[in-house]
Amino acid sequence: MADARDEIDALIGQFARLPGLGPRSARRMVLHLLQRRDQALRPLVMALDRVAQTAQPCQRCGNIATAPICDICADPRRATGEICVVEDVADLWAMERGQAFTGRYHVLGGTLSALDAIGPDDLRIPQLLDRIASEGVREVILALGATVDGQTTAHYIAEALEDSGVTLSALAQGVPVGGELDFLDDGTIGAALRARRAF
Amino acid sequence: MEWRDDCILLATRPLGEGTALIEVFSGLHGRYAGALRGGASRKMAPLLQPGAQLDATWRARLDSQLGSFTVEPLRGRAGALLSDRLALLGLGAVCALARYALPERQPYPEFYRHTLALLDRLGEPGWLHDYALWELTLLEETGYGLDLSQCAVTGATHGLAYVSPRSGRAVTPEGAGDYAARLLPLPEGLRPGGTLDAEGLRAALALSGHFLTDWLARAQDKPLPEARARLLRAIG
Repeated sequence: MADARDEIDALIGQFARLPGLGPRSARRMVLHLLQRRDQALRPLVMALDRVAQTAQPCQRCGNIATAPICDICADPRRATGEICVVEDVADLWAMERGQAFTGRYHVLGGTLSALDAIGPDDLRIPQLLDRIASEGVREVILALGATVDGQTTAHYIAEALEDSGVTLSALAQGVPVGGELDFLDDGTIGAALRARRAF
Repeated sequence: MEWRDDCILLATRPLGEGTALIEVFSGLHGRYAGALRGGASRKMAPLLQPGAQLDATWRARLDSQLGSFTVEPLRGRAGALLSDRLALLGLGAVCALARYALPERQPYPEFYRHTLALLDRLGEPGWLHDYALWELTLLEETGYGLDLSQCAVTGATHGLAYVSPRSGRAVTPEGAGDYAARLLPLPEGLRPGGTLDAEGLRAALALSGHFLTDWLARAQDKPLPEARARLLRAIG
């Protein structure tokens, strides 16, 4: 009995380490799973096992896929000549949720950071240059965070692509949908004002 | 223990899920680190970019503890610089060098004002000249100041053209004599209110870079932050 308790405690400990969870919510989740073995626990175990077996980075773009090439890269309809450069997979998923971009992606795997000693060699920039040459890319869209590190990286990539002949663009910065000026920080208001357009 | 002061945010990194570990440069208290609850939230992210000016309160039960901050943003700087590559690299270099060179919890009120003035000038015409002077001031404030007031050999106060790489003292061409090739060039416009052309700027940064590397980095026993090298590469 003591062994079973240890194992359940170990499971709670594993859950508690996940982002957004603490020991209390981990206990509730484990209890929920134990009370619904067939409906929740076993399907979860199988799903986790399947993902553990098959999940891998896409060899082309760096997205997480279940095959060597992800669905987006494998889809010929997405060969629009546009590559959207994002920091990590979470950003790629965010762009896909928006359903506004129909081209392909390139996941850098981070941003240049003096603090964390991340230099250009630690990012997937050489792979981006290879793709531009091999995939007939016309436009590279830099969709990196509006942070010091994100934009330092964007400028670095822009410089690296200077002689590549592709069109470079970056996401606009400014007032978000539903945003009220009173609640925006001064940097965002300034960026929005500088990026104003004819109305 | 508690203090409240205006600060420049130097660095921030996540600590757990919602908390951030921030490092600030305060005018009255120097470089301080502490935890900021909620600092890793999406609401705080735009306000906690390097170079931001904060009204910060630091608290700890004991002085030796890491302590925690509460902050009120006074002024963000990064937003205005995001589209200016060189200024952005300058901001990164200033924050990284201050973090690297300044000892913790030692006040530098004059240097704080100097840093604030430089951050306000980033991106404006001639800011790189101010940056070069700021690096010399950083050396001076940390105990490695150069003596550019008079020639180490002749005592002359005008026509100073070189700096000794060993002593950090200025030398005139007459004083340098046959040793001129072994000395570091001292650009003529390297003074407050002076102007530097592209070559003079490179010489000024090479001058400060020599002493930052040879004196400061050797004393710290770690290389200068990559952010400075990135700025220099961008200047060309």
